[in-house]
Formats: sequence, structure tokens, C-alpha cells
Amino acid sequence: MTDLADLSIASAGVGLRRGGFSSRELTNAVIHRAAVTESHLHAYLTLDQEGARAAADRADADFSAGVDRGPLQGIPLAIKDNMTTRGIETTAGSKILSGWVPPYNATVVDKLNAGGAVLVGKTNLDEFAMGSSTENSAFGPTRNPWDTDRVPGGSSGGSAAAVAVGSALGAFGSDTGGSIRQPASLCGLVGIKPTYGMVSRYGLIAFASSLDQIGPFARDVRDAATLLEAVVGFDIRDATSYRGETPDISSLLDRGVEGMKIGILAELTGEGIAPEVDQACRAMYDKLADAGANVRELSLPAAGYALSAYYLIAPAEASANLARYDGVRYGLRVDGDTTEEMMAKTRAEGFGPEVIRRILLGTYALSAGYYDAFYGQAQKVRTLLRNEFAAAYEQVDVLVSPTSPTTAFAIGERTDDPLSMYFADVCTLPSNLAGDPSGSIPIGLDGDGLPIGFQVMAPALHEAQLFRVAAEVERLAEFEVRPALATSEVTPA
Amino acid sequence: MIDWEAVIGIETHVELQTRSKMFCGCAVNFGAEPNTTVCPVCLALPGALPVPNEQAIEGILRIGAAFGCELVEDSLFHRKNYFYPDLPKNYQISQYDVPLCINGRLDIDVDGEEVTIGITRVHMEEDTGKSLHGSESGRIHDADFSLLDFNRSGVPLVEIVSEPDIRTPEQAREYAAELQRVVRSLGVSDVRLEEGSVRFDANISVRRAGDEVLGTRAEVKNMNSLRSLQRAVAYEIQRQIGLIESGGEVIQETRHWDEASGTTSGMRSKEESEDYRYFQEPDLVPLHVDDSWRDRVFASLPELPSARRRRMVASGIDRQAAATLVDSEDLADLFDSAIDLGADAATVANWLTGEVVAYLRRHDVALSGTSLAPEHLRELAGMVGDGTLSSTAAKDVLGYVLAGEGTPGEVAAAHDLTQISDAGALDSEVDRVLAENPDVLDKLRNGDMKPIGFVVGQVMKATRGKADPQLVSDLIRSKAGAN
Repeated sequence: MTDLADLSIASAGVGLRRGGFSSRELTNAVIHRAAVTESHLHAYLTLDQEGARAAADRADADFSAGVDRGPLQGIPLAIKDNMTTRGIETTAGSKILSGWVPPYNATVVDKLNAGGAVLVGKTNLDEFAMGSSTENSAFGPTRNPWDTDRVPGGSSGGSAAAVAVGSALGAFGSDTGGSIRQPASLCGLVGIKPTYGMVSRYGLIAFASSLDQIGPFARDVRDAATLLEAVVGFDIRDATSYRGETPDISSLLDRGVEGMKIGILAELTGEGIAPEVDQACRAMYDKLADAGANVRELSLPAAGYALSAYYLIAPAEASANLARYDGVRYGLRVDGDTTEEMMAKTRAEGFGPEVIRRILLGTYALSAGYYDAFYGQAQKVRTLLRNEFAAAYEQVDVLVSPTSPTTAFAIGERTDDPLSMYFADVCTLPSNLAGDPSGSIPIGLDGDGLPIGFQVMAPALHEAQLFRVAAEVERLAEFEVRPALATSEVTPA
Repeated sequence: MIDWEAVIGIETHVELQTRSKMFCGCAVNFGAEPNTTVCPVCLALPGALPVPNEQAIEGILRIGAAFGCELVEDSLFHRKNYFYPDLPKNYQISQYDVPLCINGRLDIDVDGEEVTIGITRVHMEEDTGKSLHGSESGRIHDADFSLLDFNRSGVPLVEIVSEPDIRTPEQAREYAAELQRVVRSLGVSDVRLEEGSVRFDANISVRRAGDEVLGTRAEVKNMNSLRSLQRAVAYEIQRQIGLIESGGEVIQETRHWDEASGTTSGMRSKEESEDYRYFQEPDLVPLHVDDSWRDRVFASLPELPSARRRRMVASGIDRQAAATLVDSEDLADLFDSAIDLGADAATVANWLTGEVVAYLRRHDVALSGTSLAPEHLRELAGMVGDGTLSSTAAKDVLGYVLAGEGTPGEVAAAHDLTQISDAGALDSEVDRVLAENPDVLDKLRNGDMKPIGFVVGQVMKATRGKADPQLVSDLIRSKAGAN
């Protein structure tokens, strides 16, 4: 019999409603999976077993009373630890927030609670979501369930590892430059970054406000759609939240790609992409063409400058967003003889090296005399890139590429080389700069048995097209492998 | 002897009286216990986001419109970055290159001379919290500890920046005073200097008369009354002139006005080279003001103080009285209502700016704390007009009405103040006074009419102001001539 922790959200939902098992049993299975895998993975920073069981009991009571709050009722989920949870420590992976217990919930958390979801815990991340490996967490790295000597990607590595291994049925992360899609790719999951403004950022601890967006991790495309549908919508508390009618997400899942126009993003293929990743993606382009899509290559020259622009804009915004961590009101405080000294010492001790690097980078990019050459220029590139995307979407319905240039790399391999770490997001960050939706779908394993991700990008608010192609990619890939750690009998290390 | 010219621009910060703060739903309540009107947004907790307050934006637009500004269609919010313990985000949301309102003006009148001061811009900001430093000086540098109150954090602030069109301390004072009147007339702030709901900072430089190039400016802060603004500007102008004439050089700095010593002194120059690293606030979208909103704002403007003064002067009162009335809005309202009822403008203006102002000051009450109503003024003016009351007695009647004793008719009767216009009744009083002062009578008889005022005064005194002075005067003349 399948372990309940390995069920998809859709099939778990069926089981819960047909009375095959309770949310309490499902939640216990997931907590048990966490108990045996956490010592290998460190996917969670906080496991809230008590809260999860209480939520499961409430869901079961609702089921018994005939109250159905939607497809997530009774489903155990994980949340990246940069979204605030009332009464539950929230750290953003940083020492500077260690021990901080928020007095309020992120809008996403409120929505999940309202939908009857069971929140299992808070997952590990690169400090303040800055990183591509989850090695920048102040609380130690998360490991990849496919190979625990390798990184799960980042920054939402904890959420990815948890869903991959079964210590959650689905999870939410945040994606500023690829922080959902890249770990999804490295962990063999579906990961979606929706259109900017689709999901409220209220309660999401900001890294780069104009780029940050919350999105789901799931083991299949349908579950990803279900998770996303539960959290989208205008929020009065987020001024950048999309005010229009929430666009369709899942109605085209079974439509196939016949007659669709699909563009291969030329700047993100070939050079710089690992041969096995490149080959797997090319094979998928062919399959999509065979399935009736019109597939051709398209060039977006500005995509070649996206990485440089991103590493000016994101740090610039971060330099202001992280200014509030000063030891005055909450979090870490290191005493000093003067207020300035207290603030400086607090920040020097509270932030890790990558965060400090980006704050310095961003402060510099905004400084008088440098603004025009750096931040100003980067904004121009961003505008250019948006225009190029818009022009491309006049010709094609979606764009495709690899999600990550490589499969999971070894722990420690890139920690001394920030630029090679930054390069991990080269395929994903153009969509953040454009504000467009984008997702990663697993399409196979490389020779080392590590998952390869395929990226689908769509115009803003065209989530339905994104999911339509993603579902077809999923069917064509027939990727049904699970990581060894999820399927073998493991004992806590 | 060189002629010097001062060039002055004033930056004004006005605290808006909105129900809630600029970017969150917290109440604006200055009397509240420290740190009770706060929330995740104005405490800058991780993950909190700002949402603009429409009432505050509306207030700023009304101020801009009152100065005849252009209301910008899509204005931008920026982050102004600096670290300070009472600034919880360690950046302030402000406006930078595209503010809400631009290119306005304020006309002021200094001793009859009309001067136009350009308004560069009117933009939105948020206030900081308050620091209380645990030291004898109240300053941070020698404090053992500091306490922070974030109730004020995020309260809407408007910054009004003038062009450097001001030339004298008197103009600076009148600009500030007229600005207060305009903002007060809009009902968006009480603009009280003493309570800090308005603050004026003056940028001052001097140059030799005729020079085109501006001198180096100093910014002077901490003036807590219009008088101290005028004094500070005057002092700073003389300081700069003296400095230059003695071979020194003005440095660009912020200077602190000290009320007690009547001098300005350089503040710590730490902030001089501060780089605020402004960039567009990514948590907010551009603020769109469409045509219909713009039209609504202009249509909603009340009669502004300058127009009101002009109208009052046209109704027959003098400029000074009009200014006094408009300065205190409730007096102006009472004046307008009384005139609408048909009372004589000059008479009413005289009472309001004389007896009424004096009464309010003497009893330390607001007009609303008295019983004086427009109908009373109309009735009183009527009684003087038809001779029922002398103008002297009318002032007494006004006092009793202010004190709440009743209508003018009632108090005049109760206090027996109705004018004696009966020659027979006054004749004996005049005779008595002349009999007691034979020297006066002699002078009058010899054609020296100077003492007539004395006699009238004595009769008025004897009748407790009820005598009709004209009638008394006529009686004296006839007695002096007749004998």
C-alpha cells in the first residue's frame, strides 16, 4: 500500500472525502516522514506538529460536519520561513531574526488557513531568500533528497526538499530570481512563479519587492494549479496586488498543445547549459512539435543582460528592505556604546556574508554618482527586456528553455564563488524582471540520477497557457520517479 | 557701505489631521499612551507593506490646489534612505522627482505691499516616531538610554517648498502666517507651531545687491513661533553679512535657532554629505490623479483667506480689521453671518476686533465658549443706529451679551443702559457740571470750545454712559452762546 505521505494532493483529497483516511492519519504520515528524513535533509526550520495535528482535527471535524472549504482542506503543506505565521517563529533563515515570533499572518497563510489546509511547518531557505542552494541559511543547509551530498537549489530549498521527500504534500516558496523554479528543477518537482501581483506579498519578508512573488511546489502540474488557485487574488494590504479579475489557471490543463506557438528562447540554450540538460530539453522541444505545437527558436537579446541587471536591481531594493533589521525593535541586538554602534554591530553579526555582500552591492548601485551607471542602467535593461518579451509574445504563446543550466551541484561546490552561484538563476530571472509567469516541470534524470527541469514562460496573466503547456510537458515526459530517500526505508541519521 | 540682499526659501512641514496614518489603518491620536497606535506596517515589522491613505492624498491635493498648483497626473513615491532609531524602516517613503503638486504661488501682503512667493512643490511624506533621550540635555549624545514612541510613525506629512522669493524677515513671517491661514481654511490641519503640527525651516543666503549668483545657504530650524521665525531669519541674515564682511565664508549647514539666546548655531554636521540614495518605492504603484478627481479637488476649495479679506474690505471695513478677522476664522464666520443678517459692516468689525477680541483674551475663552451670536450683533448695531444705545453703552451691552446675560435688548434694559435722548433730562446735568466748573464755562463763553469734551465726558460719567453725546454737546454750545 502507498504511504499516505506519497499521495498527490488530488488523490489525498479524494481519500479524505471518501473516508478512506482522516486528515489526522495523513498528517501523521507526513510528520512521520519528516521524523525519518529531517536528520538527512534539514528541510524544516520549524516543525509545528501540535499545530498541524490540531488543524488536521479541525479539518476532520469539518469533513464530518459536511463542511468543505476546498481542495486543500486537511492537506499537510509546508511554508517557506520567510512568510509570517502568527505565533510561530519566522526567521527568513537569518540569525538577525532568530527567535522572532510574528504577531500576524501573511495573507497567503490566512488564505491557506481559511481553506482548511494543515500547515506542517516552516521550511529552510537561503538567508532572506538570497541564494541558489539553501547553503546561505544561518541554520545550516538543506540537502537534496535525490542525493544528500548535493544542494536542493534555492532559495526555497527547504520547501522543495520537503515536497520531494514527502514531509509535505505541497509547499509554498518565494521566487525573486528563480527561487521556486530552480529548486523545483533540482528536486524533480513542479514549481510555479505566477505573474507579479497575482499573489499578495503581505507578510512575505521582502528581498526585492519589485521581483518577489509567492508560488507553489507540487509533485504534479494539477496539484500546482490547485495550490496556486488557493492563494491568488487582490489583497487590499498589498498596493502592488493585481486589482483585476483573477485570471483562469487550470481550465486548459487537458487541452494539449496542438496549434500552439512555442518559442525556444535562443539566449538560454546551448552555451553555458550542461550537455545532458540541453539534450533533454531539445528532446522535449521535439516532442512538443510532435504533439502538434509550432515550435521555433526566438531571440531576446536583452535576456543576455538580464543577469547583470538583476544583480543590481535586486540588491538595490534589498539594501533598503533589510535596513529595518537594526536591533531597535525586534530580533537580534548586539550592544554598543552608541546607537550607531549598536546598529552596526547588530547588522554585522546578524547578517551572513552573502546578505552583507548584496546590501553593499545595492547600496553602492544607488549611491550618488553611481546611480545612473548602475541602478539607472539596470532599469533601462529591465524595460528593454520587458519590451522584447512583449514583442516575442506577439509571435508565440509561450517561451521555453531549461530551468537551470545544471542539475543539482555538490554542497560546498560554489560557496566560494558567488558568480557561479549567481549563474544558477540565469534562465529563471528574466521572467522576474518582466513580471511574467513561469514554471518548471521535471522531464527526466541525468546520468547521475538527478532531475532535469524544463521551463515554460508565458505573458503576464496568462497562467492558463502556462499550465496548459506544463501539463502537456508532464504527459510527454512521463517523469514518475521519486527520490530514493522517499521510497526506501530510511532511519534517522 | 555695501547693500546686501537676503534670499530666503521656506520649507514647511504640515501634519495632516487624517483619521488614520499615511500607509496603515492606525489612528492618528497624539494623546494616546506611547506605542498604542501602532501596527506591523508603522513598526516596520518584517513582511508588512504600505498602502496609501486616500484621505491624506486628498488633503495634499487640496493644499496644492489652494496654492494654484498643477496636480500631477502620475506622481511617484520614493524611498529616502537613512538610519535613525525613530525611523522604523530606516527609510522614509517620500516623493522625489515627480511630486503630487508643482508650480503654485502664495500672494502675501507686507505693510500694504503685495509680494508673490512661488511654491515649487507640495508633496507627501510620512512622519517618524519620537525619541526621548535619557539625558539632562535631552540630546542623544550624552544619553544613557533612549525611549521610542512610534505613535507618530507614519502620520501623514505634507512638505510645502517655496521658491527662494522671500527677501526680508517680515516677508518670511507673513509667508508663514498666510500659509497657516490657507491650510487652516481647508480644514486639513490645525497648523499649530507650538504643538508641532506645522514646522518652518528657512533656507537663507545673502548676496550683494544686484548680484545674480546666490550665496551659500544655511538652513535654520527649530523656530516654534512666527515671531521666532522672523527673529531667526533676521539674526541669520546679519550673521552671514557680518561673517562675509569680516572676511569669513558662509558654509552650507543646518543651524539650530536658540530662542533664549536669540542666536543660531551649527548643528552636528554629520548629515551634510548624507546620500539618501533615493529610488522609486517598489511597494507602491504611481499615484494616478485623473481629471475628475482633479476637478473635484478644485471645486471643493473654500473661499481662501486672501479672497475673503478682499471681500470684507469691499464691504466697507479696513484692511487691518479684515486681516484680524480672517486670522481667526471663527470671528470671520461670525462677521459674515452678522453682515448677512443686515448689520453694519464697519460697526460689527469694530466690535469684533476691539471689544470681542479683548474679552476673549481677558477671559481666555474661545468665541465658541461665549453666547455671542450673529443675531445679537445685528440687534446691537440696530440699537446704535436708531439712537437707542450710545456707542459707549453698546460696548458695555456687548460685554454682558458675551458673558451670556441675554440678548442686547434684554441686557440694555436690565442694566438701564438705554441712551438718554431727552434734552430736558440732560439739561440739569449739563448745568450742574458747568456750575461746578466755572472756569470752563468762562472759556466756553469766550469762544474757547476746547473744554467741551471735558464737559461731555463729565455728563457721560454722571449718566453712566447713557447720555447721547451729540445732544449733550449741542446743549453745552447753546448754553455757552446763550448767556
